[in-house]
Amino acid sequence: MGERAIAAETRDLVKDFDDKRAVDGVSLTIPEGSISGILGPNGAGKTTCLRMMLGIIDPTSGSRTLLGHDRPLDVAHEVGYLPEERGLYPSMPAAEAIAFMGALRGLPIAEGRRRAIDLLRERGNEDWAKRPIRTLSKGMAQTVQLLGTIIHRPRLIVLDEPFAGLDALNQEKLEQLIRDQAAAGVTVIFSTHVIAHAERLCERVAIIAEGRSAFEGGVDEARGRLRPIVHLRTRAEDGPWRTALPIAAKKVGGEWRFELPEGGPEPLLKALIDGGAGIETLSIERPGLHDAFIAIAGEAAARAMGHAPAEQEAA
Amino acid sequence: MKLPETIRAAFVIARRDFTATVLSKTFLLFLLGPLFPIGLGFIFGGIGAQVERNAAPATIAVISSPADFALLETARDRFAPLGTERPFVRLQRVDPEADVPKQRQELLTSEEAPVLGVLEGGLAAPHFTGAVTADGRTVQQVNLFVDEARRLKAEPHVASSPINVTLTRTSAGSVAFARNLTARAGQTVLFVLTILLAGMLLSQLIEEKSNKVIEVLAAAVPVDSIFLGKLFAMLAMSLVGITVWTSAGAAAIAIYAKGGLGALPPPAVGWPAFLFFILLYFSMSYLLIGATFLGIGAQASTVREVQTLSMPVTMSQVILFGFASLGVGKPESSEAIGAAIFPLSSPFAMVARAAEQEALWPHLLAFAWQVIWVALILKFAAAVFRRSVLKSGPAWRWPWQKRKAA
Repeated sequence: MGERAIAAETRDLVKDFDDKRAVDGVSLTIPEGSISGILGPNGAGKTTCLRMMLGIIDPTSGSRTLLGHDRPLDVAHEVGYLPEERGLYPSMPAAEAIAFMGALRGLPIAEGRRRAIDLLRERGNEDWAKRPIRTLSKGMAQTVQLLGTIIHRPRLIVLDEPFAGLDALNQEKLEQLIRDQAAAGVTVIFSTHVIAHAERLCERVAIIAEGRSAFEGGVDEARGRLRPIVHLRTRAEDGPWRTALPIAAKKVGGEWRFELPEGGPEPLLKALIDGGAGIETLSIERPGLHDAFIAIAGEAAARAMGHAPAEQEAA
Repeated sequence: MKLPETIRAAFVIARRDFTATVLSKTFLLFLLGPLFPIGLGFIFGGIGAQVERNAAPATIAVISSPADFALLETARDRFAPLGTERPFVRLQRVDPEADVPKQRQELLTSEEAPVLGVLEGGLAAPHFTGAVTADGRTVQQVNLFVDEARRLKAEPHVASSPINVTLTRTSAGSVAFARNLTARAGQTVLFVLTILLAGMLLSQLIEEKSNKVIEVLAAAVPVDSIFLGKLFAMLAMSLVGITVWTSAGAAAIAIYAKGGLGALPPPAVGWPAFLFFILLYFSMSYLLIGATFLGIGAQASTVREVQTLSMPVTMSQVILFGFASLGVGKPESSEAIGAAIFPLSSPFAMVARAAEQEALWPHLLAFAWQVIWVALILKFAAAVFRRSVLKSGPAWRWPWQKRKAA
């Protein structure tokens, strides 16, 4: 992480709800200006972690700091938050709702109204400005709430399952908005159970399963936990070359798949050629975040998120 | 979070709630609602009074000599000032005929000149016949007339006034009576306004909880600010209503009461200060009881739960009012002082005190005391909300409950 300042940090956060431990010792470090993803299936404790980080609820034990403050509400003016369960006053006009969310975080209401109109205009939605929230579609209302999250130009944005309920086009727009915010130096933290979003956007990820932190670090670091996968097709069915394959190698649809051996590609290639494999195709695939997630959080967590392990998908 | 920031955030919440309420169409109904019964009261009260005025008093036929009748009429006139609310029965002389029982029967059944009853036998042997109850008002009046008429016959000089009268503007008794009346009126006004308006605070957080805005609010501002903002928004809305209702009430008093507001019994601190205290103590009562209701209502998650809570909280207000009214008329009594000290009844007790005692310093003390309690109740309600609704902080357990999660 080098010399980058820390935007948010949690240490050994624990949260009990009655007799259930929802979060069990989660530690996270979010560098300033980064896009960080919190991955995990529903009920893993992602939202509870974010709510503790933001000071909505206090932890049972552990500590957290947000923009250098251990009382997160002290820096509420510099933070934007999109909760998982979207909430807006149904009778409020869209521009007023955006301005109200800014006012809650210290932006003067008049300035908020002006910026709200500008933000809506920039997106070609200025005709929403005076429409009450109840007359907007779910996706439109979600956009309004998202604009309310950034209206006061925060240093840190926390988005809880921001892609849920959005169509593909709006998901793309949201990804772009997150990139734009990060490019402007804003720290973005979002939780998701869709690994593809995290893989496309994040510099760092935290994987939470069953209330525990299974991994926290860079996306490359997560991928680095797995060895590259070799995909091999040969003309020869059998022969001495087979001794070059690891014991765990599997044949899926006429193709051999196995982790690249410790020695790297050169000794493997030599052994295959010398053993008379008759190589048709050989490719070395760097593992994706998806594979890393399965390796780290386990197949059960992957299934809970709607991600089947790769071999099953192939089968 | 520092105090000014808490207040700034509370103002943002209050502004939203106030405008959302006051600019809604239903607010007009809220304003007009209390005027309906007042208006109907005036209309039907006026009609009733008119009917009462127009209704002629019942007539008693008196079969007697002119001399006896004159004494009975004089006796009736002496008692007449006491019958201002419901005039005494009217007496009508009838010359005796030969067959008095037949004459009596004719008089009782005559539809041309209907009478309630017939008095016969003169002052010597009076006998009353009529469709009345034996110990009812009419019989008692006739008894009085006959008794007084007999006395007048025996002692004619008592017909003149037996005492000389000197009138004074006030006396200790009249002032105490008037102040007591004003104290009770002030308490009742405060009670009615509080019971009408504070109950609304029970459901104040239902909207935020049902449409999930509470998460947005709780992430941005302290729960104390949310409670404070909602409380003051509803107070401001209530004061708008009170301004409208008071204006309508003052106009009605000016029209219907002789001498306008000046005709009402004056309180000890004077009318301007008393009206100020009514406003001040209404605000404090609203804040104290409202903060309690807000805290209780915040625990409810559905409108049904709030409705279920409405009855017990209304009853609790009646108990507070009853407790405070124990001390009216005796401001130095332990009941009055106890009611002034107990935070939730303090505004009721103090408004009565303003009507009965001239000293102003107890009001400063009471105001400070009540402000402290508003802050304490709000703080406590917010803490309970965070703990029980937002599930913040360590779970609260009885000492004998084991920590299972760990």
